[in-house]
Amino acid sequence: MSDSKPVTRRNFLYISTAAFSAAGAAAIGIPLVSQMNPDASVKALASTEVDVSTIVPGQSITVLWRGKPVFIRRRTEVEIAEAKEVKIEDLPDPEIDDNRVKNPEWLVMVGICTHLGCIPLGNKGDYNGWFCPCHGSHYDTSGRIRKGPAPTNLEIPDYVFLDDNTIKIG
Amino acid sequence: MSTDYKPQSAVAKWIDKRLPLITLFNGHLMQYPTPKNLNYWWTFGGILTFCLVTQIITGLVLAMHYIADADLAFSSVEHIMRDVNYGWFLRYIHANGASMFFIAVYIHMARSLFYGSYKEPRELIWIIGVFIFLLMIATAFMGYVLPWGQMSFWGATVITNLFSAIPVFGESITNWLWGGYSVGSPLLTRFFTLHYLLPFLIFGLVILHVWALHVPGNNNPEGIDVVQGSQDTVPFHPHYVVKDVFALLVFMIIFAGFVFFTPNLLGHTDNYIQANPLQTPEHIVPEWYFLPFYAILRAIPDKLGGVIMMVSAIAILAFLPWLDTSKVRSAKYRPLFRQFYWIFLANFLLLGYLGAQPAEGIYVIISRIATIYYFVHFIIILPVLGFVEKTKPLPKSISEPVLNDKERAAKAATAPA
Ligand code: HEM
Ligand code: FES
Repeated sequence: MSDSKPVTRRNFLYISTAAFSAAGAAAIGIPLVSQMNPDASVKALASTEVDVSTIVPGQSITVLWRGKPVFIRRRTEVEIAEAKEVKIEDLPDPEIDDNRVKNPEWLVMVGICTHLGCIPLGNKGDYNGWFCPCHGSHYDTSGRIRKGPAPTNLEIPDYVFLDDNTIKIG
Repeated sequence: MSTDYKPQSAVAKWIDKRLPLITLFNGHLMQYPTPKNLNYWWTFGGILTFCLVTQIITGLVLAMHYIADADLAFSSVEHIMRDVNYGWFLRYIHANGASMFFIAVYIHMARSLFYGSYKEPRELIWIIGVFIFLLMIATAFMGYVLPWGQMSFWGATVITNLFSAIPVFGESITNWLWGGYSVGSPLLTRFFTLHYLLPFLIFGLVILHVWALHVPGNNNPEGIDVVQGSQDTVPFHPHYVVKDVFALLVFMIIFAGFVFFTPNLLGHTDNYIQANPLQTPEHIVPEWYFLPFYAILRAIPDKLGGVIMMVSAIAILAFLPWLDTSKVRSAKYRPLFRQFYWIFLANFLLLGYLGAQPAEGIYVIISRIATIYYFVHFIIILPVLGFVEKTKPLPKSISEPVLNDKERAAKAATAPA
């Protein structure tokens, strides 16, 4: 353009005022948004210890960890064998059984369907594992998704065996 | 309207000079010129306003007794039902009021679809309406969570988990929404806050909706423009005030029928069991008014895909004024569109039925076909119809179709060549 206007003091004031206001508004946005994140009291409850001495093979218990159910299942020999036999190509979310357990007898996983968060029912479904009634997801004896809308295997939380009878989750 | 209203009393004059409220109300609720041929499908705007006000008033008084805390919410609602004076009555009005609100809004939208009320020059009225519908969905969903029954809890879980479908940020977004690692007290408190706020935003949008309506004026069953300065219009008061009030009374009788005789018919019994994060009910279903969209969500075998389709099913409505390429508004003069309209409506109802069935076997297959048809209607049928359909000749004015032959001949003779 032939008549490009010179940059004036006023242009400078305009732009810097707008820039400072925008930065200020963004800064105010941080606490307004962040207050909704999990707070200190919620985070403080982040681990749970469980006594598993009374669980016999083929039995499972459900404990609450961070407000979520965690399944602790003492698997039978048959279930373990089934979980190991599956061909990796048959899995929508490929993962071998060994990577999902610390001790093959104990399967510890978050009992929340990875589709939309319902709690799957145990000893059900086409693969003798878990079945989620909400929208029909089938999981196998290793908690891996086999059929249905759920995208991934049931999640394995961080846990350790404190001794033979105690598991610490989280 | 030639009769410009002037306040009469000294007080009214004094106020109106400083704040012309009386003139404003007079112009928009009394003198407002309205096509004289509006049928009863046009009374639902007034009915919807009544529903909104009812929800706000009953909601305010419920909020005086309700406690938004995961440990106390369920018992505070039982307290409303058993101890609070007329608590059962107020709660049943509020709970059934939400259903009545949705019945009315679906009829109101179906009316707009049939008579082409979303077309030029009324696009913005329609788009503001779509936003009102979205806010209503959000409000009703969050309201249903408040009693903290099993359906409240698991409905909240399933719906908030929709956000986990977002790639990469999904988990942080859901944790942020929950204020924790699962649905619990923090979510309940924020839902209560928003459930309280949103109806007032809806109220604001309703004002914009009516404002935008009063610029071009109402559409009408013929779908043609009002002839300026003709006898096509009548003042809103008393003609439509009376018609609206009559329709409203009929609506209130039905509403009262639900409240007094079958207050829990539209609800779900599982919601009288307190929320239990360790047990999912056998069969999770949303409130009836969400069922068609829920069916679309479940029809898609992929998590993210399902969420995208469900959101698109509503979002696509906002583009309707441009998807429908026909210049003729009313379905009365569109013989082909009229048939597709009824098929679309039947398909929508079918989706609603499917949303309540378990997601297995034949239901899944029919859901998929119905979902595809829903989108085909908007993306293919409507745009194409505008080009291929031979519409019927439009009347010259609103008065013309009701004149008898003799009068019409007389009119034609006097009409300028
Ligand atoms: C667009 C308007 C509104 C709609 C569609 C709506 C919808 C709902 C629904 C479906 C419920 C659950 C009813 C049940 O099953 O118990 C509910 C509960 C509740 N709503 Fe609203 N609401 C609206 C406006 C309001 C407003 C403005 C307030 C407060 C000022 C409010 C306060 C409450 C309270 C305290 C509850 C819990 C008590 C109960 O469950 O009955 N609502 N609402
Ligand atoms: S939540 Fe489990 S299948 Fe949808």
